[in-house]
Amino acid sequence: MRSFKKAATPYFIWALLFIVISLLMVLYYAFTGESGNFSTENFVRFFAGSSLGTLWRSLKIAFFTTLICLVVGYPLAYAISRLEARYRTLAIMLIMVPMWMNFLLRTYAWVTILSKNGVINSFLRYIGAAELDLLYREGAVILGMVYNFLPFMVLPIFTVIDKMDEGLIEAAADLGCNKLMTFIKVIFPLSLPGVASGISMVFIPAISTFEITTLLGGNKTNLIGNVIEQQFTVTGDWHYGSAMSVVLMVFLLFSLIFTRGEDEMGTGSVTSTAEVDRE
Amino acid sequence: MATQIELRNIEKSFGDHQVLNQINLEIEEDEFLTILGPSGCGKTTILRLIGGFETPDSGEVIFDDKDITQVPAYLRPVNTLFQKYSLFPHLNVYDNVAFGLRIKKVPEAEIKPRVDEMLGLVNLKGFEKRWVDSLSGGQQQRIAMARALINRPEVLLLDEPLGALDLKLRKDMQVELKRIQRELGITFVFVTHDQEEALTLSDRIIVLNEGIIQQIGSPLDIYNEPINAFVADFIGESNILEGIMHKNYDVSFSGKHFVCVDEDFYPNEAVDVVIRPEDVEIVSVEKGTLQGEVLSCLFMGVHYEMRIATSAEIYLVHSTIPRSIGEPVGLCVEPDNIHIMRKGEVEGDEEL
Repeated sequence: MRSFKKAATPYFIWALLFIVISLLMVLYYAFTGESGNFSTENFVRFFAGSSLGTLWRSLKIAFFTTLICLVVGYPLAYAISRLEARYRTLAIMLIMVPMWMNFLLRTYAWVTILSKNGVINSFLRYIGAAELDLLYREGAVILGMVYNFLPFMVLPIFTVIDKMDEGLIEAAADLGCNKLMTFIKVIFPLSLPGVASGISMVFIPAISTFEITTLLGGNKTNLIGNVIEQQFTVTGDWHYGSAMSVVLMVFLLFSLIFTRGEDEMGTGSVTSTAEVDRE
Repeated sequence: MATQIELRNIEKSFGDHQVLNQINLEIEEDEFLTILGPSGCGKTTILRLIGGFETPDSGEVIFDDKDITQVPAYLRPVNTLFQKYSLFPHLNVYDNVAFGLRIKKVPEAEIKPRVDEMLGLVNLKGFEKRWVDSLSGGQQQRIAMARALINRPEVLLLDEPLGALDLKLRKDMQVELKRIQRELGITFVFVTHDQEEALTLSDRIIVLNEGIIQQIGSPLDIYNEPINAFVADFIGESNILEGIMHKNYDVSFSGKHFVCVDEDFYPNEAVDVVIRPEDVEIVSVEKGTLQGEVLSCLFMGVHYEMRIATSAEIYLVHSTIPRSIGEPVGLCVEPDNIHIMRKGEVEGDEEL
């Protein structure tokens, strides 16, 4: 045990430097003005200003992204878990492999598909149909986010359904459930912990991303992530940027507490079923 | 009594492995039937065929004269008590027990008294609001029973339900099972590898090995008249010896001739001779048919278990009188207690 503790020392140093201290620095900048004095003016400015609208739009887009990921991802995860073992591995690989490619590269690919001279419009021109203005709109941003974050919804849900005790499904059938009722009464409620972690794994990056909005949204659909980024890279107002980050963090903290509460209840029961199995 | 479930010529393989081979079996209404066999003998598969969780490769499952071979599990009038209980972890005790009735859209006003009644039957009143995780193994077992029985199934299938419980709890649950079966008057089909459990609980026992039914009979029949060496060995401890049946009532084993009560064998047919340890009598050296020496003597509670070496074999002997190790003794067996078995004979062979 002692040697284990020692082995963790580098991690503690790393965590102290790059998590604790940097977090404290963000808080410091957020609560100070230009001259270094304590001030809440950054927050006042945020809640009075136009950025509030940006935060609201970001929340909306992140919400729709999460919703679409859930609606598409859940059936997909369920279908994969019902496959034969060899096809199951293949399907999971197909979901994972794009994630091995660089995230920006994948998003650029969508630019070439959606742009004015992109794949879709070339095809539409070819068949003589009207061209579509696809890129640099909210829809393109949501599409990019769904595309990038879908695996984060599918994998946790798949894991929970895949690990589910087959005995529970048989027990439901034994007690008179047809396939649909088994799903509604047993499989779905027991998969909620996976849904909860899927939601937080999609919602958090979706609300804070700025790369996808920059590439697919142009400058038309700025989200909170972009505004924060610009404070640091363009405007150079670290104090205001930090204050916005703190607001965003508080938002995420709330969503995390919400999903964690769900999670603890669910995983608790799943773990103890596993224990019964071992007996 | 009428036949309730009938399995006809059931064959079942998983991949290359044949699990069930020509299973023919009738289950009577309201009996406590036990399918007994070592692990991997196919006993759970039989139960799953009746429950609707497997379909046979060939053969039929008949329920009340109707072919239900292709009927899915959720439409069958049977319920199962699963080995792992399989209680729903997202529901509390009340909702677990009420599950089946809610699926059948029974009104809540009727569900409540029925759940109460079931929890009373399994002695777990007052546990309604508890989560199933917070229950002990024995309590989970009872809830699983209540959850199955509330549907008033015509047949309850029990898949080694006592396997995970400790000895004391298992004994208590055996008594409970028997009481519940008698109170409700429904058919129990019980699967176990524990021969003692089978002998205690059952009206009839089916002994299964490697997918073949070895013997069907009452516990007494199976204990006293095992059809072959496998059954004899599996049901209680036995001395199984190679013997030659010379003619009617004359068998030889361990190098000596014995008088027995069996007849109708081929002349000089090689047979298995089975003698229960409690049927071997220890006498003085001169009086014994066989002579031997005590190798070990263990106190087992009611009796002593001794291993006695004769010139050819080692006999297992149960006696209430201990002998000291190394002591020379004589052994005798009453003709009644020498069981002669045709090699490899199984249930139904005589009819062919």
